[in-house]
Amino acid sequence: MKKLSVLLVTLISTVVIGSSAFAAGGHGAAVDEVHMNMSDKASLQNGAKLFVNYCLSCHSAEYSRYNRVAEDLDIPLWQLKENLMFTTEKEGDLMKTTMPAEDAKKWFGVTPPDLSLVARVRKPAWIYTYLRAFYQDESSPSGWNNSLFENVAMPHALYELQGVQRKVGKADLESHGPIDAHAASDAVGEQRVVGDTVFELQHPGKLSPAEFDKAMADLTSFLSYMAEPAQLKRKTIGVYTIAFLIILMLLCIVLKAEYWRDVH
Amino acid sequence: MAIHRHDNHKSANALMEWVDKRFPATKVWNEHLAEYMAAKNFNFWYFFGSLAILMLVVQIATGIFLTMHYKPDAELAFASVEYIMRDVPFGWLVRYLHAIGASMFFVVIYLHMFRGVIYGSHREPRELVWLIGCVIFVALMAEAFMGYLLPWGNMSYWGAQVILSLFDVIPFVGPALTEWIRGDFVISDATLNRFFAFHVILLPLILVALVFLHLVALHQVGSNNPDGIDIYDNVDDDGKPLDGVAFFPYIVIKDLIGVAAFLIVYLGVVFFWPDGGGVLLEKDNFAPANPLQTPPDIVPLWYFTPYYSILRASTTSLLFALQIITGVIVLWLWLRAKISLIAKVAFTGLAVCVFAGLVFGSGKAWGVILMAAAIVCFFLLPWLDRSPVLSVRYRSLPFKIALAFFLVAFFILGYLGMNAPTPGKTLLAQICTVVYFAFFALMPWFTSIGKTKPEPTRVTYEAH
Repeated sequence: MKKLSVLLVTLISTVVIGSSAFAAGGHGAAVDEVHMNMSDKASLQNGAKLFVNYCLSCHSAEYSRYNRVAEDLDIPLWQLKENLMFTTEKEGDLMKTTMPAEDAKKWFGVTPPDLSLVARVRKPAWIYTYLRAFYQDESSPSGWNNSLFENVAMPHALYELQGVQRKVGKADLESHGPIDAHAASDAVGEQRVVGDTVFELQHPGKLSPAEFDKAMADLTSFLSYMAEPAQLKRKTIGVYTIAFLIILMLLCIVLKAEYWRDVH
Repeated sequence: MAIHRHDNHKSANALMEWVDKRFPATKVWNEHLAEYMAAKNFNFWYFFGSLAILMLVVQIATGIFLTMHYKPDAELAFASVEYIMRDVPFGWLVRYLHAIGASMFFVVIYLHMFRGVIYGSHREPRELVWLIGCVIFVALMAEAFMGYLLPWGNMSYWGAQVILSLFDVIPFVGPALTEWIRGDFVISDATLNRFFAFHVILLPLILVALVFLHLVALHQVGSNNPDGIDIYDNVDDDGKPLDGVAFFPYIVIKDLIGVAAFLIVYLGVVFFWPDGGGVLLEKDNFAPANPLQTPPDIVPLWYFTPYYSILRASTTSLLFALQIITGVIVLWLWLRAKISLIAKVAFTGLAVCVFAGLVFGSGKAWGVILMAAAIVCFFLLPWLDRSPVLSVRYRSLPFKIALAFFLVAFFILGYLGMNAPTPGKTLLAQICTVVYFAFFALMPWFTSIGKTKPEPTRVTYEAH
């Protein structure tokens, strides 16, 4: 029986680890890891700023409310209204784009997807890589292409920040070893690797490559927060709950020992 | 702690007397809790019965709160779930408790069933307890399947599409039956509405009723124990088993430890790992249902994947292997089996029919048959198991080896069902499918061979 129990435990742990590793890995596109810190309010606020300025003009976040974002991210209401609310007057409104879906479809060929849950559909690392993998491509209708999502209809909305980059070719990931995206050089003409592709900066943007990477990490963090706003307090409540349950279990063990004292 | 009237305060006493004349309150309490005797050597495996009841209660309680905000409408369902996750105070907690609770319910039920198998709790006289339990298992699968459609995510939609289309293979009536179940030509608002009705009314009622019957049947024959012996073989002068303790308070207090430990695991997942790495909440289900966009891999949730693997393993090569196996069985019947001529002829006739079915039937049809058979096998266990002893502690080596093989095959099937098939994986699934069915088919044989250990006369127990 002991051997069977050991076997069962081994099987359960193997399958749990194996299957979750598989589910996390997904379909195996090369993506860059992103460092997110959900308690870094400044980072999330910067992400929110980038989101309403660069994303919300085409994409909605139609399950998310302005005032909830402000409350969760410690943004004062007046600041929210002045700097972040461009699509509505009411702070309790959902974050919907003003671009009509019909027109969007006509212009881009596809309605830009809602981004409320994008970080739960795509993994944060995927988003972080995708946002940095746009390059100039004269052959595509928008003049832009993306090495992670080939022929995506979306143009490079953030080019004024990143600048314009050119695709050099596929990177040889084995010889490069693990990629440290933040170690990229600032100079024009220097090559850098995003995902599995080598890019060369042709025109600099408002931000240096390192600053842009940081900004995209902030935006990715914000999208992750928005996919599950409850995560900010979920873990805190969890710690108290589990601590309570451990005490409860110890008390139950003592209680059981007391009741069972006369069982021989 | 049986209730004896003289123990109680006078007025309470009078009240209970008044009630007892009209309703058997004290009688039921004593028969099913205070004087229901269970073996004192219940171990870890015996927590899962009460935990299953706990999960049923949790699912019903959280389900009630979810229905207060959920909208069973194809246009609104997905958004209403997100409304619960964001705008309803602690809605996220209730929703996670329910969604992850479904998985935990299956964890508990699978371990509960495994307990039955290793300690022989399905054997005489507890066959009906086991059978009712198997019906509960099937009802629970239906409940989970229908509940999974309700968030109206893309995986909800396509999962339901794939599973419902399986009914198509039933000869003559299949397509009409599928359409009747869906209420439409595709999964649609009509399907969502009826699944909601079944999920929140019909199946919970059935489940509660079945659990009641499960307990009635159990209390008629008494609980088994890790030694698989009858505690009523050793009774004191009052007819009470020497190795028994009253369910209340002894087992109830002990189960509280199990409840607390289980809640640590369950709530640990809810608070710290609600996605379960994409296994408990699948990432494709965070996108709304889209009839025009099929997810790359349509996979059911983990608790269905062993059977889903068996379904997918049914290809022409598996059918060919099954044809050979059928032929070998017939040969063995005529050459070695010690049964009457009539039985031989009857079994051969049956084998010829199966063989013809395997030759002319499609892989998909056989997949559905095998998947159903994989679950039907559980119902037959009490009669397939011929071991002279109940508990694995005293069973022969062949049983333990066979059970180990079955476990490995079951887990591999479960794992493969979560992955997109490749030729290598399909072959592995086919081998595991054969092992799965061989476990049941050969059980009468391997449980009757080998040397069993002598059962003790009293349960194994050391006071702590």
